[in-house]
Amino acid sequence: MSTETVIETRELTKIYNGQAAVENLSFSVNAGEIFGFLGPNGAGKTTTLLMLLGLTEPSSGSARVLGMDPARNPIKVKSMIGYLQENMGFYGDLNARQMLRFISELNDITAEIAEERIASALQSVGLAEEQDKKIAAYSRGMRQRLGIAELLIKDSKVAFLDEPTLGLDPDGTNRMIELIQSLCRDKKMTILLSSHMLHQVQKICHRIGIMIKGRMVAQGEIDQLAEEKFGVGKEQYTLEEIYMKYFQEA
Amino acid sequence: MRGIQTIIKKELADHFASYRFTIIFALIAMISLITAYMVGWKIKTEMEGMASQSAFLLLFTLPGAMGLFSLVQFVAFFGPLVGLVLGFDTINRERNEGTLSKLLSQPIYRDVVINGKFLAGVALITVMMVSIVLVITALGLIVMGIIPGIEEIWRIIVYLIISIIYISFWLGVAILFSILFRSTATSALAALAIWIFFSIIFPYSVSVMANNIFETAENDPEAIVRRAKVVKVIILLSPQELYTEATATIIDPTRKSSRSIINMSAGPMESLSMARFSGPLPLLQSILIVVPYIISLVALSVICFAISYAVFMRQEIRSL
Repeated sequence: MSTETVIETRELTKIYNGQAAVENLSFSVNAGEIFGFLGPNGAGKTTTLLMLLGLTEPSSGSARVLGMDPARNPIKVKSMIGYLQENMGFYGDLNARQMLRFISELNDITAEIAEERIASALQSVGLAEEQDKKIAAYSRGMRQRLGIAELLIKDSKVAFLDEPTLGLDPDGTNRMIELIQSLCRDKKMTILLSSHMLHQVQKICHRIGIMIKGRMVAQGEIDQLAEEKFGVGKEQYTLEEIYMKYFQEA
Repeated sequence: MRGIQTIIKKELADHFASYRFTIIFALIAMISLITAYMVGWKIKTEMEGMASQSAFLLLFTLPGAMGLFSLVQFVAFFGPLVGLVLGFDTINRERNEGTLSKLLSQPIYRDVVINGKFLAGVALITVMMVSIVLVITALGLIVMGIIPGIEEIWRIIVYLIISIIYISFWLGVAILFSILFRSTATSALAALAIWIFFSIIFPYSVSVMANNIFETAENDPEAIVRRAKVVKVIILLSPQELYTEATATIIDPTRKSSRSIINMSAGPMESLSMARFSGPLPLLQSILIVVPYIISLVALSVICFAISYAVFMRQEIRSL
Protein backbone atom coordinates (compact mmCIF):
# COMPACT_ATOMS: atom_id res chain seq x y z
CA MET A 1 0.00 0.00 0.00
CA SER A 2 1.33 3.42 -0.91
CA THR A 3 1.55 6.01 1.81
CA GLU A 4 0.22 8.87 -0.27
CA THR A 5 -2.21 10.93 1.80
CA VAL A 6 -5.62 11.37 0.20
CA ILE A 7 -7.55 13.06 2.96
CA GLU A 8 -5.99 15.30 5.50
CA THR A 9 -7.54 17.71 7.97
CA ARG A 10 -5.87 20.18 10.27
CA GLU A 11 -7.58 21.58 13.32
CA LEU A 12 -10.88 21.33 11.45
CA THR A 13 -13.65 22.95 13.49
CA LYS A 14 -17.33 23.48 12.79
CA ILE A 15 -19.53 25.49 15.08
CA TYR A 16 -23.33 25.35 14.76
CA ASN A 17 -25.22 27.90 16.83
CA GLY A 18 -22.38 28.37 19.26
CA GLN A 19 -21.84 24.66 19.74
CA ALA A 20 -18.88 22.86 18.32
CA ALA A 21 -20.04 19.94 16.20
CA VAL A 22 -16.48 19.19 15.20
CA GLU A 23 -13.56 20.45 17.22
CA ASN A 24 -9.91 20.66 16.20
CA LEU A 25 -10.14 17.56 14.12
CA SER A 26 -6.86 16.40 12.62
CA PHE A 27 -6.60 13.10 10.86
CA SER A 28 -5.44 11.64 7.60
CA VAL A 29 -6.40 8.82 5.31
CA ASN A 30 -3.92 7.17 2.96
CA ALA A 31 -4.54 6.19 -0.63
CA GLY A 32 -6.19 2.83 -1.11
CA GLU A 33 -7.14 2.19 2.47
CA ILE A 34 -10.46 1.70 4.17
CA PHE A 35 -10.61 4.03 7.09
CA GLY A 36 -13.21 3.21 9.73
CA PHE A 37 -14.78 6.33 11.10
CA LEU A 38 -16.39 5.41 14.39
CA GLY A 39 -18.26 7.26 17.05
CA PRO A 40 -21.65 7.58 18.69
CA ASN A 41 -24.54 9.30 16.94
CA GLY A 42 -24.11 13.04 16.90
CA ALA A 43 -20.35 12.85 17.33
CA GLY A 44 -19.83 14.99 14.22
CA LYS A 45 -18.98 12.29 11.71
CA THR A 46 -21.48 13.42 9.09
CA THR A 47 -20.56 17.06 9.63
CA THR A 48 -16.94 16.13 8.97
CA LEU A 49 -17.91 14.34 5.78
CA LEU A 50 -19.94 17.37 4.65
CA MET A 51 -16.94 19.62 5.26
CA LEU A 52 -14.69 17.28 3.29
CA LEU A 53 -17.20 17.44 0.44
CA GLY A 54 -17.31 21.21 0.47
CA LEU A 55 -21.04 21.18 1.27
CA THR A 56 -20.45 22.92 4.57
CA GLU A 57 -17.77 25.46 5.24
CA PRO A 58 -15.54 24.84 8.25
CA SER A 59 -15.58 27.51 10.94
CA SER A 60 -11.82 27.21 11.20
CA GLY A 61 -9.03 24.86 10.27
CA SER A 62 -8.46 23.33 6.89
CA ALA A 63 -9.05 20.16 4.98
CA ARG A 64 -7.42 18.70 1.90
CA VAL A 65 -8.88 16.03 -0.28
CA LEU A 66 -6.70 14.74 -3.12
CA GLY A 67 -4.56 17.80 -2.63
CA MET A 68 -7.44 20.27 -2.95
CA ASP A 69 -9.28 22.41 -0.48
CA PRO A 70 -12.96 21.45 -0.60
CA ALA A 71 -14.06 24.84 0.70
CA ARG A 72 -12.27 26.60 -2.16
CA ASN A 73 -12.70 24.10 -4.93
CA PRO A 74 -15.89 22.20 -4.19
CA ILE A 75 -16.76 21.29 -7.78
CA LYS A 76 -13.43 19.59 -8.47
CA VAL A 77 -13.53 17.80 -5.14
CA LYS A 78 -17.12 16.66 -5.58
CA SER A 79 -16.37 15.30 -9.02
CA MET A 80 -13.83 12.93 -7.50
CA ILE A 81 -15.67 11.90 -4.36
CA GLY A 82 -18.59 9.57 -4.20
CA TYR A 83 -20.78 10.26 -1.21
CA LEU A 84 -23.22 7.70 0.06
CA GLN A 85 -25.37 9.52 2.54
CA GLU A 86 -27.13 7.84 5.40
CA ASN A 87 -30.65 8.06 3.96
CA MET A 88 -29.45 7.45 0.38
CA GLY A 89 -31.51 10.33 -1.08
CA PHE A 90 -32.58 8.74 -4.33
CA TYR A 91 -35.63 9.97 -6.21
CA GLY A 92 -38.31 7.40 -5.49
CA ASP A 93 -40.21 7.99 -8.71
CA LEU A 94 -37.25 7.14 -10.93
CA ASN A 95 -36.03 3.66 -11.66
CA ALA A 96 -32.43 2.65 -11.06
CA ARG A 97 -31.35 3.31 -14.62
CA GLN A 98 -32.97 6.74 -14.78
CA MET A 99 -31.43 7.70 -11.47
CA LEU A 100 -27.96 6.65 -12.54
CA ARG A 101 -28.39 8.40 -15.87
CA PHE A 102 -29.34 11.57 -14.01
CA ILE A 103 -26.23 11.27 -11.84
CA SER A 104 -23.97 10.68 -14.83
CA GLU A 105 -25.41 13.70 -16.64
CA LEU A 106 -24.68 15.86 -13.62
CA ASN A 107 -21.14 14.48 -13.71
CA ASP A 108 -20.70 15.33 -17.39
CA ILE A 109 -20.28 11.72 -18.39
CA THR A 110 -21.16 11.24 -22.05
CA ALA A 111 -24.22 9.17 -22.82
CA GLU A 112 -22.43 6.20 -24.37
CA ILE A 113 -19.91 5.83 -21.57
CA ALA A 114 -22.71 6.29 -19.04
CA GLU A 115 -24.85 3.53 -20.59
CA GLU A 116 -21.93 1.14 -20.53
CA ARG A 117 -21.02 1.95 -16.96
CA ILE A 118 -24.64 1.79 -15.81
CA ALA A 119 -25.11 -1.67 -17.28
CA SER A 120 -21.93 -3.07 -15.77
CA ALA A 121 -22.43 -1.30 -12.41
CA LEU A 122 -25.96 -2.64 -12.04
CA GLN A 123 -24.62 -6.06 -12.90
CA SER A 124 -21.88 -5.95 -10.31
CA VAL A 125 -24.12 -4.76 -7.48
CA GLY A 126 -26.75 -7.33 -8.41
CA LEU A 127 -29.53 -4.95 -9.42
CA ALA A 128 -29.62 -5.75 -13.14
CA GLU A 129 -32.92 -7.56 -12.82
CA GLU A 130 -34.57 -4.80 -10.83
CA GLN A 131 -33.31 -1.91 -12.90
CA ASP A 132 -36.73 -0.98 -14.27
CA LYS A 133 -38.42 -0.94 -10.89
CA LYS A 134 -39.05 2.40 -9.26
CA ILE A 135 -36.62 3.12 -6.46
CA ALA A 136 -39.57 3.77 -4.14
CA ALA A 137 -40.21 0.03 -4.25
CA TYR A 138 -36.62 -0.86 -3.39
CA SER A 139 -35.67 -2.35 -0.07
CA ARG A 140 -33.09 -0.63 2.03
CA GLY A 141 -30.42 -3.07 0.97
CA MET A 142 -31.18 -2.51 -2.69
CA ARG A 143 -30.91 1.23 -2.23
CA GLN A 144 -27.56 0.85 -0.55
CA ARG A 145 -26.34 -1.27 -3.44
CA LEU A 146 -27.65 1.31 -5.88
CA GLY A 147 -25.51 3.79 -3.95
CA ILE A 148 -22.48 1.61 -4.63
CA ALA A 149 -23.46 1.52 -8.31
CA GLU A 150 -23.44 5.32 -8.22
CA LEU A 151 -19.84 5.28 -6.97
CA LEU A 152 -18.89 2.93 -9.80
CA ILE A 153 -20.49 5.19 -12.38
CA LYS A 154 -18.81 8.30 -11.08
CA ASP A 155 -15.58 6.29 -11.03
CA SER A 156 -14.76 8.05 -7.79
CA LYS A 157 -11.23 8.08 -6.44
CA VAL A 158 -12.52 8.49 -2.92
CA ALA A 159 -15.76 7.27 -1.38
CA PHE A 160 -17.44 8.53 1.76
CA LEU A 161 -19.82 5.94 3.07
CA ASP A 162 -22.08 7.11 5.85
CA GLU A 163 -23.60 4.15 7.69
CA PRO A 164 -23.81 1.93 4.61
CA THR A 165 -24.90 -1.10 6.61
CA LEU A 166 -27.46 0.62 8.79
CA GLY A 167 -30.70 -1.29 9.04
CA LEU A 168 -29.66 -4.13 6.74
CA ASP A 169 -30.39 -7.78 7.35
CA PRO A 170 -27.37 -10.07 7.92
CA ASP A 171 -27.28 -11.18 4.30
CA GLY A 172 -27.58 -7.59 3.08
CA THR A 173 -24.83 -6.54 5.43
CA ASN A 174 -22.51 -9.22 4.14
CA ARG A 175 -23.17 -8.32 0.51
CA MET A 176 -22.54 -4.68 1.30
CA ILE A 177 -19.28 -5.46 3.08
CA GLU A 178 -18.13 -7.54 0.13
CA LEU A 179 -19.00 -4.75 -2.28
CA ILE A 180 -17.09 -2.23 -0.18
CA GLN A 181 -14.07 -4.50 -0.08
CA SER A 182 -14.22 -5.00 -3.83
CA LEU A 183 -14.29 -1.22 -4.37
CA CYS A 184 -11.07 -0.98 -2.44
CA ARG A 185 -9.45 -4.03 -3.98
CA ASP A 186 -10.55 -3.80 -7.64
CA LYS A 187 -11.16 -0.10 -8.11
CA LYS A 188 -8.38 1.10 -5.81
CA MET A 189 -10.83 3.43 -4.13
CA THR A 190 -9.93 5.09 -0.89
CA ILE A 191 -12.84 4.64 1.47
CA LEU A 192 -13.89 6.60 4.49
CA LEU A 193 -16.44 4.40 6.19
CA SER A 194 -18.59 5.60 9.02
CA SER A 195 -20.35 2.82 10.83
CA HIS A 196 -21.56 1.39 14.11
CA MET A 197 -21.09 -2.20 13.07
CA LEU A 198 -17.83 -2.65 14.90
CA HIS A 199 -17.52 -6.30 14.05
CA GLN A 200 -17.60 -5.55 10.31
CA VAL A 201 -15.38 -2.54 10.69
CA GLN A 202 -12.81 -4.68 12.42
CA LYS A 203 -12.98 -7.13 9.53
CA ILE A 204 -12.47 -4.72 6.65
CA CYS A 205 -10.88 -1.51 7.88
CA HIS A 206 -7.16 -0.96 7.63
CA ARG A 207 -7.20 1.86 10.11
CA ILE A 208 -9.82 3.44 12.31
CA GLY A 209 -10.52 6.74 13.98
CA ILE A 210 -12.81 7.15 16.95
CA MET A 211 -14.69 10.39 17.20
CA ILE A 212 -16.52 11.41 20.35
CA LYS A 213 -18.23 14.75 20.93
CA GLY A 214 -16.60 16.37 17.94
CA ARG A 215 -13.08 15.25 18.81
CA MET A 216 -10.99 12.48 17.39
CA VAL A 217 -9.96 10.58 20.49
CA ALA A 218 -7.95 7.90 18.75
CA GLN A 219 -6.72 6.92 15.34
CA GLY A 220 -4.53 4.21 14.00
CA GLU A 221 -4.51 0.51 13.28
CA ILE A 222 -6.66 -1.62 15.52
CA ASP A 223 -3.70 -3.53 17.02
CA GLN A 224 -2.04 -0.25 17.74
CA LEU A 225 -5.09 1.07 19.58
CA ALA A 226 -5.49 -2.19 21.46
CA GLU A 227 -1.93 -1.99 22.55
CA GLU A 228 -2.34 1.61 23.63
CA LYS A 229 -5.35 0.81 25.75
CA PHE A 230 -4.70 -2.67 26.96
CA GLY A 231 -1.08 -3.32 26.23
CA VAL A 232 -1.84 -6.42 24.19
CA GLY A 233 -2.46 -7.36 20.56
CA LYS A 234 -5.88 -7.43 18.97
CA GLU A 235 -6.25 -11.19 19.20
CA GLN A 236 -7.26 -10.81 22.80
CA TYR A 237 -9.60 -7.86 22.36
CA THR A 238 -12.36 -7.05 19.96
CA LEU A 239 -12.81 -3.62 18.49
CA GLU A 240 -15.96 -3.32 20.53
CA GLU A 241 -14.04 -3.52 23.79
CA ILE A 242 -11.53 -0.95 22.59
CA TYR A 243 -14.30 1.34 21.44
CA MET A 244 -16.20 1.07 24.71
CA LYS A 245 -13.06 1.80 26.62
CA TYR A 246 -12.53 5.05 24.69
CA PHE A 247 -16.18 5.87 24.95
CA GLN A 248 -16.22 5.53 28.72
CA GLU A 249 -13.11 7.58 29.10
CA ALA A 250 -14.42 10.46 27.02
CA MET B 1 -23.83 26.49 -15.75
CA ARG B 2 -22.85 22.88 -15.69
CA GLY B 3 -25.74 20.57 -14.98
CA ILE B 4 -28.48 23.13 -15.42
CA GLN B 5 -29.94 21.40 -18.47
CA THR B 6 -30.10 18.15 -16.57
CA ILE B 7 -31.91 19.81 -13.68
CA ILE B 8 -34.36 21.58 -15.99
CA LYS B 9 -35.06 18.37 -17.88
CA LYS B 10 -35.69 16.41 -14.70
CA GLU B 11 -37.87 19.14 -13.26
CA LEU B 12 -40.00 19.40 -16.41
CA ALA B 13 -40.42 15.64 -16.55
CA ASP B 14 -41.52 15.65 -12.91
CA HIS B 15 -44.04 18.42 -13.50
CA PHE B 16 -45.55 16.87 -16.61
CA ALA B 17 -45.93 13.56 -14.82
CA SER B 18 -47.49 15.09 -11.72
CA TYR B 19 -51.20 15.08 -10.95
CA ARG B 20 -50.78 18.51 -9.50
CA PHE B 21 -49.85 20.08 -12.81
CA THR B 22 -52.49 18.14 -14.72
CA ILE B 23 -55.23 19.25 -12.34
CA ILE B 24 -54.35 22.92 -12.31
CA PHE B 25 -53.83 22.98 -16.05
CA ALA B 26 -57.15 21.26 -16.72
CA LEU B 27 -58.95 23.60 -14.34
CA ILE B 28 -57.55 26.73 -15.89
CA ALA B 29 -57.99 25.51 -19.45
CA MET B 30 -61.61 24.61 -18.73
CA ILE B 31 -62.53 27.90 -17.13
CA SER B 32 -60.83 29.98 -19.79
CA LEU B 33 -62.47 28.00 -22.58
CA ILE B 34 -65.92 28.37 -21.09
CA THR B 35 -65.40 32.08 -20.52
CA ALA B 36 -64.01 32.57 -24.01
CA TYR B 37 -66.97 30.75 -25.49
CA MET B 38 -69.54 32.78 -23.55
CA VAL B 39 -67.82 36.07 -24.23
CA GLY B 40 -67.43 35.17 -27.87
CA TRP B 41 -71.15 34.59 -28.24
CA LYS B 42 -71.97 37.75 -26.37
CA ILE B 43 -69.76 39.84 -28.62
CA LYS B 44 -71.16 38.18 -31.71
CA THR B 45 -74.78 38.89 -30.76
CA GLU B 46 -74.27 42.38 -29.38
CA MET B 47 -71.94 43.62 -32.05
CA GLU B 48 -73.86 42.44 -35.11
CA GLY B 49 -72.80 44.64 -37.97
CA MET B 50 -70.49 46.83 -35.84
CA ALA B 51 -67.24 46.04 -37.60
CA SER B 52 -64.61 47.35 -35.25
CA GLN B 53 -60.87 47.20 -35.18
CA SER B 54 -60.42 46.12 -31.63
CA ALA B 55 -63.44 43.91 -31.23
CA PHE B 56 -61.34 40.78 -31.15
CA LEU B 57 -59.52 41.77 -28.01
CA LEU B 58 -62.83 42.25 -26.20
CA LEU B 59 -62.69 38.49 -25.96
CA PHE B 60 -60.11 38.96 -23.23
CA THR B 61 -61.56 41.92 -21.41
CA LEU B 62 -65.31 41.36 -21.30
CA PRO B 63 -66.70 39.37 -18.42
CA GLY B 64 -68.54 36.17 -19.19
CA ALA B 65 -72.22 35.69 -18.47
CA MET B 66 -73.56 36.40 -14.98
CA GLY B 67 -70.77 38.85 -14.21
CA LEU B 68 -68.09 36.21 -14.11
CA PHE B 69 -64.43 37.09 -14.51
CA SER B 70 -63.09 38.32 -17.79
CA LEU B 71 -60.16 36.29 -19.04
CA VAL B 72 -57.72 39.02 -18.07
CA GLN B 73 -59.16 39.25 -14.57
CA PHE B 74 -59.17 35.50 -14.34
CA VAL B 75 -55.45 35.27 -15.01
CA ALA B 76 -54.80 38.16 -12.62
CA PHE B 77 -56.64 36.35 -9.86
CA PHE B 78 -55.83 32.68 -10.47
CA GLY B 79 -52.53 33.01 -12.30
CA PRO B 80 -50.66 33.37 -8.99
CA LEU B 81 -52.14 30.07 -7.88
CA VAL B 82 -50.40 28.36 -10.79
CA GLY B 83 -47.06 29.81 -9.77
CA LEU B 84 -47.63 28.90 -6.14
CA VAL B 85 -48.74 25.35 -6.87
CA LEU B 86 -45.71 24.78 -9.11
CA GLY B 87 -43.21 26.09 -6.62
CA PHE B 88 -44.29 25.81 -3.01
CA ASP B 89 -42.34 22.61 -2.30
CA THR B 90 -39.44 23.05 -4.71
CA ILE B 91 -36.63 22.99 -2.19
CA ASN B 92 -38.13 21.74 1.06
CA ARG B 93 -39.48 18.54 -0.47
CA GLU B 94 -36.02 17.66 -1.71
CA ARG B 95 -34.60 18.60 1.66
CA ASN B 96 -37.08 16.39 3.50
CA GLU B 97 -36.50 13.44 1.20
CA GLY B 98 -32.75 13.80 1.45
CA THR B 99 -32.40 14.22 -2.29
CA LEU B 100 -31.12 17.77 -1.91
CA SER B 101 -27.84 16.63 -0.42
CA LYS B 102 -27.57 13.94 -3.08
CA LEU B 103 -27.98 16.65 -5.69
CA LEU B 104 -25.55 19.02 -4.01
CA SER B 105 -22.91 16.34 -3.51
CA GLN B 106 -22.67 16.07 -7.28
CA PRO B 107 -20.17 18.36 -8.99
CA ILE B 108 -22.55 21.24 -9.65
CA TYR B 109 -22.80 24.70 -8.16
CA ARG B 110 -25.52 25.24 -5.67
CA ASP B 111 -27.18 28.03 -7.63
CA VAL B 112 -27.61 25.69 -10.58
CA VAL B 113 -30.24 23.82 -8.56
CA ILE B 114 -32.36 26.84 -7.80
CA ASN B 115 -31.86 28.46 -11.22
CA GLY B 116 -32.72 25.23 -12.98
CA LYS B 117 -35.86 24.76 -10.96
CA PHE B 118 -36.97 28.34 -11.50
CA LEU B 119 -36.30 28.20 -15.25
CA ALA B 120 -38.15 24.91 -15.57
CA GLY B 121 -41.13 26.52 -13.84
CA VAL B 122 -40.99 29.52 -16.14
CA ALA B 123 -40.84 27.23 -19.16
CA LEU B 124 -43.87 25.37 -17.90
CA ILE B 125 -45.80 28.59 -17.26
CA THR B 126 -44.92 29.73 -20.77
CA VAL B 127 -46.17 26.51 -22.33
CA MET B 128 -49.33 26.71 -20.29
CA MET B 129 -50.15 30.34 -21.06
CA VAL B 130 -49.26 30.13 -24.75
CA SER B 131 -51.36 27.04 -25.29
CA ILE B 132 -54.34 28.45 -23.44
CA VAL B 133 -54.21 31.79 -25.25
CA LEU B 134 -53.85 30.01 -28.57
CA VAL B 135 -56.88 27.87 -27.93
CA ILE B 136 -58.89 30.88 -26.74
CA THR B 137 -57.90 32.81 -29.85
CA ALA B 138 -58.90 29.93 -32.07
CA LEU B 139 -62.20 29.56 -30.25
CA GLY B 140 -62.85 33.28 -30.56
CA LEU B 141 -62.14 33.09 -34.24
CA ILE B 142 -64.63 30.31 -34.72
CA VAL B 143 -67.38 31.73 -32.51
CA MET B 144 -67.12 35.40 -33.43
CA GLY B 145 -65.90 35.06 -36.97
CA ILE B 146 -63.60 38.06 -36.55
CA ILE B 147 -60.02 37.74 -37.67
CA PRO B 148 -57.54 39.57 -35.45
CA GLY B 149 -55.29 42.13 -37.15
CA ILE B 150 -51.51 42.17 -36.94
CA GLU B 151 -51.58 44.74 -34.19
CA GLU B 152 -54.04 42.73 -32.18
CA ILE B 153 -51.82 39.71 -32.46
CA TRP B 154 -48.90 41.77 -31.20
CA ARG B 155 -51.01 42.94 -28.31
CA ILE B 156 -51.84 39.36 -27.43
CA ILE B 157 -48.13 38.51 -27.53
CA VAL B 158 -47.23 41.41 -25.23
CA TYR B 159 -50.08 40.38 -22.96
CA LEU B 160 -48.66 36.86 -22.88
CA ILE B 161 -45.19 38.11 -21.97
CA ILE B 162 -46.53 40.22 -19.11
CA SER B 163 -48.63 37.31 -17.87
CA ILE B 164 -45.62 35.01 -17.90
CA ILE B 165 -43.58 37.52 -15.90
CA TYR B 166 -46.47 37.91 -13.47
CA ILE B 167 -46.97 34.21 -12.85
CA SER B 168 -43.19 33.71 -12.66
CA PHE B 169 -43.10 36.30 -9.90
CA TRP B 170 -45.47 34.10 -7.90
CA LEU B 171 -43.37 31.09 -8.72
CA GLY B 172 -40.45 33.01 -7.24
CA VAL B 173 -42.46 33.75 -4.10
CA ALA B 174 -43.34 30.08 -3.77
CA ILE B 175 -39.72 28.99 -4.22
CA LEU B 176 -38.64 31.52 -1.61
CA PHE B 177 -41.08 30.01 0.89
CA SER B 178 -39.93 26.53 0.02
CA ILE B 179 -36.44 27.64 1.00
CA LEU B 180 -37.48 29.46 4.16
CA PHE B 181 -39.77 26.78 5.58
CA ARG B 182 -38.84 23.20 6.23
CA SER B 183 -42.36 21.87 6.04
CA THR B 184 -44.13 21.83 2.69
CA ALA B 185 -47.50 22.43 4.37
CA THR B 186 -46.19 25.58 6.02
CA SER B 187 -44.73 26.93 2.81
CA ALA B 188 -47.96 26.22 0.94
CA LEU B 189 -49.98 28.03 3.59
CA ALA B 190 -47.62 30.98 3.71
CA ALA B 191 -47.74 31.32 -0.07
CA LEU B 192 -51.55 31.12 -0.03
CA ALA B 193 -51.69 33.75 2.69
CA ILE B 194 -49.64 36.18 0.62
CA TRP B 195 -51.83 35.51 -2.39
CA ILE B 196 -55.05 36.13 -0.47
CA PHE B 197 -53.58 39.21 1.13
CA PHE B 198 -52.71 40.84 -2.17
CA SER B 199 -55.79 39.64 -4.04
CA ILE B 200 -58.47 40.48 -1.53
CA ILE B 201 -57.38 42.11 1.69
CA PHE B 202 -54.90 44.64 0.35
CA PRO B 203 -57.03 46.40 -2.34
CA TYR B 204 -60.05 46.35 -0.07
CA SER B 205 -58.26 47.81 2.93
CA VAL B 206 -56.55 50.48 0.84
CA SER B 207 -59.86 51.76 -0.48
CA VAL B 208 -61.45 51.61 2.97
CA MET B 209 -58.57 53.57 4.43
CA ALA B 210 -58.68 56.09 1.62
CA ASN B 211 -62.41 56.52 2.20
CA ASN B 212 -61.80 57.30 5.84
CA ILE B 213 -58.95 59.69 5.23
CA PHE B 214 -60.69 61.70 2.50
CA GLU B 215 -64.14 61.49 4.03
CA THR B 216 -64.51 65.22 4.71
CA ALA B 217 -64.35 66.41 1.15
CA GLU B 218 -66.67 63.93 -0.42
CA ASN B 219 -68.41 66.37 -2.71
CA ASP B 220 -65.38 68.21 -3.87
CA PRO B 221 -64.37 66.86 -7.30
CA GLU B 222 -60.74 67.79 -6.75
CA ALA B 223 -60.69 65.79 -3.56
CA ILE B 224 -62.15 62.81 -5.33
CA VAL B 225 -59.38 62.99 -7.91
CA ARG B 226 -56.78 63.37 -5.18
CA ARG B 227 -58.15 60.40 -3.38
CA ALA B 228 -58.13 58.31 -6.53
CA LYS B 229 -54.51 59.24 -7.13
CA VAL B 230 -53.43 58.24 -3.64
CA VAL B 231 -55.25 54.94 -3.88
CA LYS B 232 -53.68 54.33 -7.26
CA VAL B 233 -50.15 54.81 -5.98
CA ILE B 234 -50.57 52.70 -2.85
CA ILE B 235 -52.35 49.94 -4.62
CA LEU B 236 -49.47 49.59 -7.05
CA LEU B 237 -47.52 47.90 -4.28
CA SER B 238 -49.61 44.89 -5.10
CA PRO B 239 -48.37 42.69 -7.95
CA GLN B 240 -51.97 41.97 -8.92
CA GLU B 241 -52.61 45.65 -9.49
CA LEU B 242 -49.42 46.11 -11.42
CA TYR B 243 -50.42 43.25 -13.64
CA THR B 244 -54.01 44.38 -14.10
CA GLU B 245 -52.91 47.89 -14.96
CA ALA B 246 -50.30 46.70 -17.40
CA THR B 247 -52.44 44.20 -19.24
CA ALA B 248 -55.61 46.31 -19.27
CA THR B 249 -53.94 49.00 -21.35
CA ILE B 250 -52.22 46.52 -23.62
CA ILE B 251 -55.23 44.41 -24.35
CA ASP B 252 -57.65 47.34 -24.59
CA PRO B 253 -56.36 49.99 -27.02
CA THR B 254 -59.23 52.33 -26.22
CA ARG B 255 -57.97 52.82 -22.69
CA LYS B 256 -55.86 55.90 -22.71
CA SER B 257 -54.87 56.41 -19.13
CA SER B 258 -53.75 53.72 -16.84
CA ARG B 259 -56.81 54.02 -14.62
CA SER B 260 -59.48 56.51 -15.48
CA ILE B 261 -62.11 57.34 -12.94
CA ILE B 262 -64.78 57.19 -15.60
CA ASN B 263 -63.83 53.68 -16.52
CA MET B 264 -64.01 52.61 -12.92
CA SER B 265 -67.46 53.99 -12.32
CA ALA B 266 -68.98 53.26 -15.68
CA GLY B 267 -71.55 50.54 -15.92
CA PRO B 268 -71.15 47.48 -18.08
CA MET B 269 -72.76 49.18 -21.06
CA GLU B 270 -69.99 51.73 -21.23
CA SER B 271 -67.58 49.12 -22.36
CA LEU B 272 -69.65 48.44 -25.44
CA SER B 273 -70.71 51.96 -26.34
CA MET B 274 -69.63 53.23 -29.72
CA ALA B 275 -67.66 56.10 -28.26
CA ARG B 276 -65.21 53.72 -26.76
CA PHE B 277 -63.99 52.61 -30.10
CA SER B 278 -63.07 56.01 -31.37
CA GLY B 279 -59.39 56.72 -31.63
CA PRO B 280 -57.74 53.61 -30.22
CA LEU B 281 -54.14 54.01 -29.07
CA PRO B 282 -51.40 52.62 -31.26
CA LEU B 283 -49.59 49.65 -29.78
CA LEU B 284 -46.40 51.55 -29.10
CA GLN B 285 -48.27 54.16 -27.11
CA SER B 286 -49.97 51.46 -25.07
CA ILE B 287 -46.63 49.86 -24.37
CA LEU B 288 -45.16 53.18 -23.30
CA ILE B 289 -47.97 53.63 -20.80
CA VAL B 290 -47.42 50.25 -19.22
CA VAL B 291 -43.62 50.13 -19.23
CA PRO B 292 -43.38 51.40 -15.64
CA TYR B 293 -45.72 48.64 -14.49
CA ILE B 294 -43.79 45.99 -16.34
CA ILE B 295 -40.54 47.27 -14.88
CA SER B 296 -41.99 47.21 -11.37
CA LEU B 297 -43.23 43.69 -11.91
CA VAL B 298 -39.83 42.55 -13.17
CA ALA B 299 -38.15 44.34 -10.26
CA LEU B 300 -40.41 42.56 -7.76
CA SER B 301 -39.55 39.21 -9.34
CA VAL B 302 -35.84 39.98 -9.29
CA ILE B 303 -35.96 41.05 -5.64
CA CYS B 304 -37.84 37.92 -4.71
CA PHE B 305 -35.43 35.69 -6.59
CA ALA B 306 -32.41 37.51 -5.16
CA ILE B 307 -33.65 36.85 -1.62
CA SER B 308 -34.19 33.17 -2.42
CA TYR B 309 -30.75 33.01 -3.92
CA ALA B 310 -29.03 34.67 -0.98
CA VAL B 311 -30.82 32.52 1.59
CA PHE B 312 -30.29 29.29 -0.31
CA MET B 313 -26.59 29.89 -0.90
CA ARG B 314 -25.99 30.47 2.79
CA GLN B 315 -28.16 27.70 4.15
CA GLU B 316 -26.26 24.97 5.90
CA ILE B 317 -26.59 21.50 4.53
CA ARG B 318 -26.82 19.50 7.71
CA SER B 319 -27.05 15.86 8.24
CA LEU B 320 -30.58 14.83 7.44
